[in-house]
Amino acid sequence: MNTEVFAPWDDPQAKPLIQFQNVTKRFGAFTAIDNLSLDIYEREFFALLGPSGCGKTTMMRMLAGFETPTDGHILLGGQDIDPIPPNKRAVNMMFQSYALFPHLSIWDNIAFGLRRDNMPKRDLEERVEEMLRLTRLEQFARRKPHQISGGQRQRVALARSLAKAPKLLLLDEPLGALDKKLRQDTQFELMDIQEKTGTTFVIVTHDQEEAMTVASRVAVMDQGKLMQVATPDRIYETPNSVYVADFIGDVNIIEGRATAQGDENYRIDWAEGQPPLTASTATQLSDGQGCHLAIRPEKVAISAERPTDAINAIQGKVHDIAYLGNLSTYHVELPDGTIIKAQTANTRRISRRSFTWEDPVWLSWTATAAVLLEN
Amino acid sequence: MSRLSWFNTVSLTLGFAFLYIPMIILIIFSFNESKLVTVWAGFSTKWYGELVQNEAFLDAAWVTLRVAVFSSTLATILGTAAAYVLVRGGRFFGRTLFSGMIYAPLVMPEVITGLSLLLLFIGIGLDRGILTIVLAHTTFSMCFVSVVVSSRLVTFDRSLEEAALDLGCSPGQAFRLVTLPIIAPAVVSGWLLAFTLSLDDLVIASFTSGPSATTLPIKIFSAVRLGVSPEINALSTLMIAVVTVGVITASLVTKRAMMRQKQDEQAAARTE
Repeated sequence: MNTEVFAPWDDPQAKPLIQFQNVTKRFGAFTAIDNLSLDIYEREFFALLGPSGCGKTTMMRMLAGFETPTDGHILLGGQDIDPIPPNKRAVNMMFQSYALFPHLSIWDNIAFGLRRDNMPKRDLEERVEEMLRLTRLEQFARRKPHQISGGQRQRVALARSLAKAPKLLLLDEPLGALDKKLRQDTQFELMDIQEKTGTTFVIVTHDQEEAMTVASRVAVMDQGKLMQVATPDRIYETPNSVYVADFIGDVNIIEGRATAQGDENYRIDWAEGQPPLTASTATQLSDGQGCHLAIRPEKVAISAERPTDAINAIQGKVHDIAYLGNLSTYHVELPDGTIIKAQTANTRRISRRSFTWEDPVWLSWTATAAVLLEN
Repeated sequence: MSRLSWFNTVSLTLGFAFLYIPMIILIIFSFNESKLVTVWAGFSTKWYGELVQNEAFLDAAWVTLRVAVFSSTLATILGTAAAYVLVRGGRFFGRTLFSGMIYAPLVMPEVITGLSLLLLFIGIGLDRGILTIVLAHTTFSMCFVSVVVSSRLVTFDRSLEEAALDLGCSPGQAFRLVTLPIIAPAVVSGWLLAFTLSLDDLVIASFTSGPSATTLPIKIFSAVRLGVSPEINALSTLMIAVVTVGVITASLVTKRAMMRQKQDEQAAARTE
């Protein structure tokens, strides 16, 4: 079995499909994209993630050709695409509103792009049928877009944008209009189709769970800048800033001062009268430097007694319990008022829960559980 | 069905009487045997027969029809183009001024429009005839088309055009293959509006028509000045019939299209 890991971004020999070279985009006085450089590789499923107004949609529209950079260049396969109009680019886009042509049938919607290329009739029919099969829409081919459901429309939009076999497919919040259950199914479908066709996908989303599920790499954006570009697990486990740690998933942030204690180990003084915490990191911090400690709630253990071998342990009392069915999140209040969240799997029935409101508890985690971030 | 209160019944009757009694009288007297318009002398269709043989009226009708078709087509092309630029052109210099100016002829007194066109045609030495009426009607009906089409374009989802560009259309193809088919109903109703405006225009046509071309409204108006004849009544009745049939057909077509769309959507909801 071939278990080679797909990671062209770690290979210095790999040639990126898309290169943003110091791209800046301004709308009047507003800077949407601020001197941004980024490489995206062939066959990647790349997610642009960020809050609304962070510039992710502008990045996508520049790739599609609807906007041109104010400064810098965008290269596709080594070629500068800035002067190329959208209809001449080997890039197709799936629109957030799907933008299906209401006056054409599903079949004609999918064939629309192929007709513009004057594809021979037989090849065209074959290609449309292939797309219908891929997206399981065979029995809807003769219907009009308003005669099918939202999930089906989403698949038509995907089929239409894939029909021309683009080098790059752009997906603008493709699942935003679907309900949660359908969205989860469709995410796996998207990944499946991406693997089958081998197309490079760039997806724009504000839903971090969606980005984590589908993407090979995620770029977290804020105010026109890239905050971190990495695989989903690295973004989650080793965020490089408080912003990224806070944007992706749930996190406890503790502010303090670091003091080196041997190799890559630091003592963190974080509150008067509280025992210092210990964390390890590869980054070099000077003594007394301000820092943030980011700890995921699921990495914090909760217990009635102080665990004997715990490196980090602090006491507090249960302030609130969020019951999510499979998980419970305990909000534990420390003596100084700080709230720390600890998450546990509900492996036992709720009536046998060990802790309840106002119970004194101990929170503990290992030296490597927390991420130490510079200020 | 709920019953109307007596007050509502009375208001409704009064309103409709006000609207339709004149027309009903006109229709009744078009079937009058007598040559005197106000004296009823029994039922007859002879005035319709005479009308068909009246060359002058038939000529005027033919002129009117040609003017209406040409001017409304020209007005639709120009009005749609203007609406497209004003809605889609972005914020170019003077946009507000232009969009205000295109609607100004809507409120301009017709006499002034007619007079200014007359001066223009004399100034450039254009002989008054069918061509000048067509140009004049295009001028004043274009802004109506523009209003109708731009109200549709405002709600038009722009990403449809972007999708067309993205799939390989040139901007011209995108307009022809995507935008135009979708806004077609608005363009057609703009055309119909321009057509009816041209059909019944008297003021502007009388400024811009010449001895070689007379439209039906001008013909009727000048004939009436010599006294109302039953023939005119017959002609007017025919015009009412044409307009009524047109309006009813148009509303039935729209209603059927809407009902079909509703059924389709319900069918789609069931398959989910």
